[in-house]
Amino acid sequence: MNRNKATKRLVQNIAIWIISLMAITPILLIVINAFKTAPEASSMNFSLPQMFQFENFVTVIEKGKLVRSFVNSVSYSGISSMLCILVSATAAFALARNKMKFNRFLYFFIIMGIALPLNYFTLIDVMKWTHLMNTKAGIIVLYSVTQIPFSIFILYGFIGGVPRELDEAGIIDGCGPKRLFFSVIFPVLRPAAVTVFILSFLNTWNEFLLPLYYLNSADKWPMTLAVYNFFGQFQQSWNLVSADIILTILPVIIVYLLGQRFIISGMTSGSVKG
Amino acid sequence: MTRKIYPFYFIAIALGIYIIFTVVPSLMGIYLSFTDWNSYSREVHFIGLDNFKTIFSSNENYMHGINNTVIFTISTIVLKTMIGLLLAILVNKGIRLKNFHRVILFLPAIIPMLVVGIIFKSIFNPEYGLINEVLRALGLNQWTQHWLTDVNWAFKSIIAVDVWKGAGYIMVILLAGIQAISHSYYEAADIDGAGAWKKFRFITVPLLMPALMVTTVLNLLYGLKIFDTVYVLTNGGPGYATDVVYTQVFSQFTLGSYGVGTALITVLFLIMTILGYFAIKLMSREEQNG
Repeated sequence: MNRNKATKRLVQNIAIWIISLMAITPILLIVINAFKTAPEASSMNFSLPQMFQFENFVTVIEKGKLVRSFVNSVSYSGISSMLCILVSATAAFALARNKMKFNRFLYFFIIMGIALPLNYFTLIDVMKWTHLMNTKAGIIVLYSVTQIPFSIFILYGFIGGVPRELDEAGIIDGCGPKRLFFSVIFPVLRPAAVTVFILSFLNTWNEFLLPLYYLNSADKWPMTLAVYNFFGQFQQSWNLVSADIILTILPVIIVYLLGQRFIISGMTSGSVKG
Repeated sequence: MTRKIYPFYFIAIALGIYIIFTVVPSLMGIYLSFTDWNSYSREVHFIGLDNFKTIFSSNENYMHGINNTVIFTISTIVLKTMIGLLLAILVNKGIRLKNFHRVILFLPAIIPMLVVGIIFKSIFNPEYGLINEVLRALGLNQWTQHWLTDVNWAFKSIIAVDVWKGAGYIMVILLAGIQAISHSYYEAADIDGAGAWKKFRFITVPLLMPALMVTTVLNLLYGLKIFDTVYVLTNGGPGYATDVVYTQVFSQFTLGSYGVGTALITVLFLIMTILGYFAIKLMSREEQNG
């Protein structure tokens, strides 16, 4: 019996190592080849570089205009995520606290947005009317819009667990709706707000369809579009493409490692209650 | 009273931009899908069901995109759920370095799909790509393929990449579901002498149903909107073998035939509104009962 259990454990451990290795292999492949010379990297394999080519990163930053795209991505993702939290949290608060029939309908109507596909064609017209076509502000608004339904979904669930006594105490102390929300409720929402921020930051950082449709000048491109364009130009130089990819995914990996707890709780909230 | 404390303007901004940038374009799209709208002329003519006839006619390739999108969605739901569940059970217990494995297995989920596509473009390369290299090293030369340019393999390769990326994500959600199951059920089953399979079949699976529902819904909504992976890996080729709705939409966009393109999105919009209605209803119900 014991022996059986030991074998079972061994098999489980081997299995998980194999699968983890499969998960990480493509990423390791990129890391190793980012440090090679172009001929060494031409066959994208696991042989180690003769000498580590750190200048690949310098080349990529200059040729790929990565500084500009990095600043764009940080501002698009950062501002749109903050905008998204602000409007989603206030909306979720009012919707969750005042569950009259009309509000229930509105809540459902908004979270339907999790499913709805954007109409990229007619959205061009809307972008033109609102003078947001080909503008940085336009892409920021669109990024917020795409994140709002899911954010409201998460925050609504969270607010359901925040005691109403807090509101009452605030009202007795003479708070208006704005004071009540910003000085009493929002601080309590912080864990959920951080989750929403991180998730929407990652999603917008990784997105590339919206800029593909609505930004036509390279100086406004985010990292993803810059990488795609770089790949088109330097397909033969896998060392540079690899270095470019590393610089693009490094920020999300850092955010992931720092915010792991929040990302996972955000993804699982709504599906499972522990 | 409540109206004053929870004022409507709290909802108004989110609702407003959601309506302007999502709902209005969708409704406009329904109207314009019945027209010959394109990027070359300013005039738009009503042409009835012509765009839809084009999409659903067997001579054109649009049905291919719809079929592929459905096949992609169903196969990724099945594969990701099975692998995700297996992984969740594996990392739940009996494993050393659990947290390490969880972090690694989730890593593919946070990398941009576009970047994943570029990486796999190298891995699938028939001459030097990692997969064929490994097969050759194992002496399995006859198994090597032109993964992305062979009509029989291209779409399967895309599905494989998506499963690689998404299985860890599903694992995390299912793992949370498994950990929420009370130990007392398993203890009772032990007393009754139930084996591992019986415990899985009669305790884990039924109690995991809500979490499985959610992962299925997420995979479904995600699968129907697939674009990046296909765009980067094959751009719909070889021929039309890997075309999906959104790659066709994008080619209509670049061709300037907005009428057909918007009709394609309208088809998807109707499908997703219906499926989404039930899916979202289900998700928000779970939320309220939880």
